[in-house]
Amino acid sequence: MTDIQHAGALGRPVAADKPPGLLHNLFVRNLSAKIAATPMVVIVLVVFIGCTLWSVWFSFTDSRALPNGAFIGWEQYERLFAARRWRISATNLLTYGIFSLVFTMVVGFLLAVLMDQKIRFESGFRTIFLYPFALSGIVTGLVWQWIMNPTLGLQSTMRGLGWTNFTFDWITNTDMVLYALMIAGTWHGTGFVMVLMLAGLRGVDEEIWKAARVDGIPTWRTYLQIVLPMMRGVIVTTLVIVGSGLVRTYDLVVALTNGGPGLSSEVPAKYVINYMFNAGNLGQALAASTVMLAAVFVILIPWIVIEFGPKKAR
Amino acid sequence: MTKFTVAAAMAAALMSSTAAMAAELEVTHWWTSGGESAAVAEFARLFDATGNKWVDSALAGSGTGANPVIISRILGGNPMGATQMNTGRDAEGLIQAGLIRDLTPIAEEEGWKEFYADPGLFDACTYEGKIYCVPVNIHSWHWLWLSTKAFETAGIPVPKDWNEYATAIPQLREAGVIPFGLAAGWPLNGIPGVLLADVGGPELYEKVWGEHDAEAVRSPEFRKVAEAWATIRDAVDPAEVVPQFGDVANQLIAGEAAANIHGDWIQGDLQVAGAVPGEDYECLPGLGLTQRIEGGGDAFYFPQLPEGTSQDVLDAQVELAKLLVSKEAQVAFNLKKGSMPIRTDIDLSTANPCMQKAIAILQSPEGLLPSGETLNSSDTQQQLDDLNQEFFADKSFSVDDYIEEYASIIESAN
Repeated sequence: MTDIQHAGALGRPVAADKPPGLLHNLFVRNLSAKIAATPMVVIVLVVFIGCTLWSVWFSFTDSRALPNGAFIGWEQYERLFAARRWRISATNLLTYGIFSLVFTMVVGFLLAVLMDQKIRFESGFRTIFLYPFALSGIVTGLVWQWIMNPTLGLQSTMRGLGWTNFTFDWITNTDMVLYALMIAGTWHGTGFVMVLMLAGLRGVDEEIWKAARVDGIPTWRTYLQIVLPMMRGVIVTTLVIVGSGLVRTYDLVVALTNGGPGLSSEVPAKYVINYMFNAGNLGQALAASTVMLAAVFVILIPWIVIEFGPKKAR
Repeated sequence: MTKFTVAAAMAAALMSSTAAMAAELEVTHWWTSGGESAAVAEFARLFDATGNKWVDSALAGSGTGANPVIISRILGGNPMGATQMNTGRDAEGLIQAGLIRDLTPIAEEEGWKEFYADPGLFDACTYEGKIYCVPVNIHSWHWLWLSTKAFETAGIPVPKDWNEYATAIPQLREAGVIPFGLAAGWPLNGIPGVLLADVGGPELYEKVWGEHDAEAVRSPEFRKVAEAWATIRDAVDPAEVVPQFGDVANQLIAGEAAANIHGDWIQGDLQVAGAVPGEDYECLPGLGLTQRIEGGGDAFYFPQLPEGTSQDVLDAQVELAKLLVSKEAQVAFNLKKGSMPIRTDIDLSTANPCMQKAIAILQSPEGLLPSGETLNSSDTQQQLDDLNQEFFADKSFSVDDYIEEYASIIESAN
């Protein structure tokens, strides 16, 4: 349908001999689509961008419990980066993030490959693997807390069965607690990665497989050197979803360890919530959240450039 | 249609049968443990007896879980009739924004200041000379709870003060008793303040928390505090930490754990479990070292209700405010909760030996130490909590580093 016909359908015939003006292009062209998109545009402008700017602005003030502080420049950021707890939180997130990113991506891909072998009951397995993702981080955290709590879970069960030296106290152990978190996080997120990867695998043309088979290339090499590069889009999208999810890791930590023991499993999002509501220091909390936002941009911008930037020959 | 008529008739009958000024008042609080909810039920019972209706909204999680909910409801224009809330800077913001009802006229009419055990309690409720909240009890962190049974097991007499207890720790461990019972999370945060005021002494307490004197933190007296803190840290095995403070009460009764430093509200749970003070457990206010302990009040605030709220509800707020401090309510509530009442002119002869000790302290001329909540902003408090949590979890964190970190927080306290 051409623009002119479209506008005509809306009852506003446009003279065919005159090119449509700017106002017309802005408001009348594709009118119904624009009306439909308006709520989303408003929400994005007001809620997302507006509130983001608001947060960034107040991170430069000395706001306490309510946002009404005076401008104080970079002071909140100086304090933030001098705070032991923030440094510990950031390091924890980095360790946890890198490990779980690599782990969920690799295991998720391997599972997807296994699922791709035309196995029986595939949909059943898919449901089982995806199911953890349907649970919230809070539920996941609680379940794993029961399992890993030395006085309730696996350790006491094994000791009760006779292995009195069996020790599994990771969530009360300062050095191991991050790995406990990774177990729960991986359990939670791998199925989701698997499903995305599986969709990517299914998107690869059957002809390519046939060609590879004709050329006598072993299956594993086909996956690694032909299929994997073709799935670039899916992989990048998965990385972005999982990566930005990791930056805001919160509920899992709250339910599983509540940042403990001590500060050894603290994460930045918890710092933000704590200083916002508990400590009543909005300025400090918003400075921390602004730094988190910057971290998300570090992940997002390369993706935006790759996906929407100048198209290269693929 | 008929159903509606019947319902309407019943509603009308109900309305006319209760007092003319009956109103429903939603009350939010975070008293959810066994002893605490038994205590708050006393308030509700007395309030319902006035013909009004106490609509109970218990929120789990005290300052961390409930406070944000309460504050955001008030800010969001959906205030409850009355709420328990942390005194201090959070409330100050709400008061500045005009969201909290001014109670000064009621306070003057009832003469609150005359019968309050410690006029200083109102300091946290006062803003620009006006009173915005009602303290309903005085609770104090400064108690050392000792399990009689655990000390029997170890074959040592029950200690008379902190020093005796500290020397007994290795023997307790040897006897297979957990020397120091501890619950995960916030219960740990109260302990360093107790050590500061009791091991360090009230003078040090007022210098460090009152005047924010960083030099006092670097003094030898404070080193003793930090060392006592390290003693507790080294006595606790992280794998023995229990989830809730009520579980520690059970450990004490069973004799599994020997001691705990915790606020007097743990006594509510000890009582609910049927333990008798003096027989099953001993309590030492001020860790047995000092007679001047820190005390703060749980306070109720009455949010400013939106325009157009019926007069009955507004009257019910006043009625509740008066009731909370009434003699009858004070006795009923504090006997269940195990905290000190806010007035000394009531008969507490039925109170147990621990509470009697507390009342004696309350009536001593020196009075209470101001609570940490009023001396430190919640921001400073949070920073200290962070430091204490880290120190406690990491046994390689040295006392020297602790003192230095502590001093720098006190230096920047606002």
